[in-house]
Amino acid sequence: MIIEEIERTLDNAERLNGQLNSFLSIERDHALSRIEQVSKQTEARPLFGTPIAIKDNICTKGMRTSCGSRILHNYKAQYDATAVKRLNDAGAIVVGKTNMDEFAMGSSNESSAFGAAKNPWDVERVPGGSSGGSAVAVASGVVRVSLGSETGGSVRQPASLCGIFGLKPTYGRISRYGLVAFASSLDNIGIFGLTSLDAARVLFVIAGRDELDSTSADVPVPDYEATINDDIKGKTIGVPRELFGEGLDDEVRNAVENSIDNFRSLGAQIVDVELPYAKYGIAVYYIIATAEASSNLARFDGVRYGFRAEGSHSLREMYMKTREEGFGPEVKRRIMLGTYVLSSGYYDAYYSKAQKVRALVKADYQKVFAKCDAILTPTSPSTAFKIGEKTEDPLAMYLNDIYTVSANLAGVPAVSVPCGLSSDGLPIGTQLIGNFWSEGTLLNLANVYENQFPLGAKPFVFAE
Amino acid sequence: MDVRKIANLAHLEITDDEVALYTPQMADIVKYVEQLNELDTDSVEPMLGGLTVEGASTDTMRMDEPRGSFTPEEALGEAPSGVAGHFQVPKVL
Repeated sequence: MIIEEIERTLDNAERLNGQLNSFLSIERDHALSRIEQVSKQTEARPLFGTPIAIKDNICTKGMRTSCGSRILHNYKAQYDATAVKRLNDAGAIVVGKTNMDEFAMGSSNESSAFGAAKNPWDVERVPGGSSGGSAVAVASGVVRVSLGSETGGSVRQPASLCGIFGLKPTYGRISRYGLVAFASSLDNIGIFGLTSLDAARVLFVIAGRDELDSTSADVPVPDYEATINDDIKGKTIGVPRELFGEGLDDEVRNAVENSIDNFRSLGAQIVDVELPYAKYGIAVYYIIATAEASSNLARFDGVRYGFRAEGSHSLREMYMKTREEGFGPEVKRRIMLGTYVLSSGYYDAYYSKAQKVRALVKADYQKVFAKCDAILTPTSPSTAFKIGEKTEDPLAMYLNDIYTVSANLAGVPAVSVPCGLSSDGLPIGTQLIGNFWSEGTLLNLANVYENQFPLGAKPFVFAE
Repeated sequence: MDVRKIANLAHLEITDDEVALYTPQMADIVKYVEQLNELDTDSVEPMLGGLTVEGASTDTMRMDEPRGSFTPEEALGEAPSGVAGHFQVPKVL
């Protein structure tokens, strides 16, 4: 029985990959050998035989872990990330590694060194990013769940553009051990699910303290599934009206407004709230994230792993050539921006300033969550855009994350739930942001919503 | 903004074409982030790192017990060039 499901999953992944490019590697041999292992386990396992796809910046022992980059194109991880280890222990079966923006830097999957993944609702459009491949693997029906990662919206935005559920947890909820670092104070492992219930089951398994990640918090992990069907009557949802203005596509606004009415009809109480500093989120993000990235990506130098450029006569020349040839343009831009904002004479003007405004963004949320169970906003300002449409203008690309980055800055959890289709049949997501450690509340709200107001449509490309 | 100087600090050997491409793009982004200057933050404590209250209070101490790690062969297993148990690089001087 498991073998049939895993073989069907692998067949679908292989068959659709020519069209969708969502997998960078499909791990048939590994998956088939895992079936034998899990079949021998006698204890009940919560994810017994569940096929899962993993973003290619999460280490999976013995499998290529390229981060979507030429500089790691041949790198095979030498250990499992804690999240992967916990999935394996729970009986899940990794079937492949998914496409992504290079080092998770991008909002469209187009910065991947291996070509963009395609949106299964319209293959001429982007799936969003950076975890585009993991979103497509679920949206196209190959797997029900996948892992992605988030630094500024990289799970929620592609979930929205691909019409599926996406979760970014509280900072410290899921161990980052084995997640290749981009911006350590913002990075999280996140989860895509065909439904919120699929994601809840995975979160329960991988969440919790890990002594290999000192930033993982010692906070009990509740049984998310036990509360996922609770009545949401009386839950308070705050709506920050100032985020529904300029820059938001009309069809997205209408669909998200409609989701507010739907929550009201389910008994939720809708109140107005204010997040006055949220609009500074992108500016804060592109200082802090690039600063941390410039430091974290210094390790890719052609010495210990990955690609090394040929023909250098000195060590310094080897570093310079390796990084020049190994990194793509978006990664270089961000490394240089981070180097600039941290450089002598500029540190206070940029980095210190950003850390202070980050504190204000966080304080905004703390104030609102004193009186709300969740905050509702759009996930993304538009539906999926055409491949190539925004590649010439990095700043325009960054603004895709305008509604998502502030949750990463504050460290609070947030989800994207499908809430409608545009007139040309593209999915739209509504975002729910919760207080620290309130993943259970967000999953409950999302699950009740999905059951009452299902999207009712499937992508153009979908596995049978 | 002297992009070539920044690239040099970041160990990137960029081309003239790249300098021409990145200079206006990075200037745009820096101009955008400078909107933070309109905020008065003199009395604000900076947020260092991303820890929650619970994360900051988590006990990260553990017993100092030896445990297994990579063998020299494993550590060199992914290196572009290794020789006799060492990473090999071009001459330093």
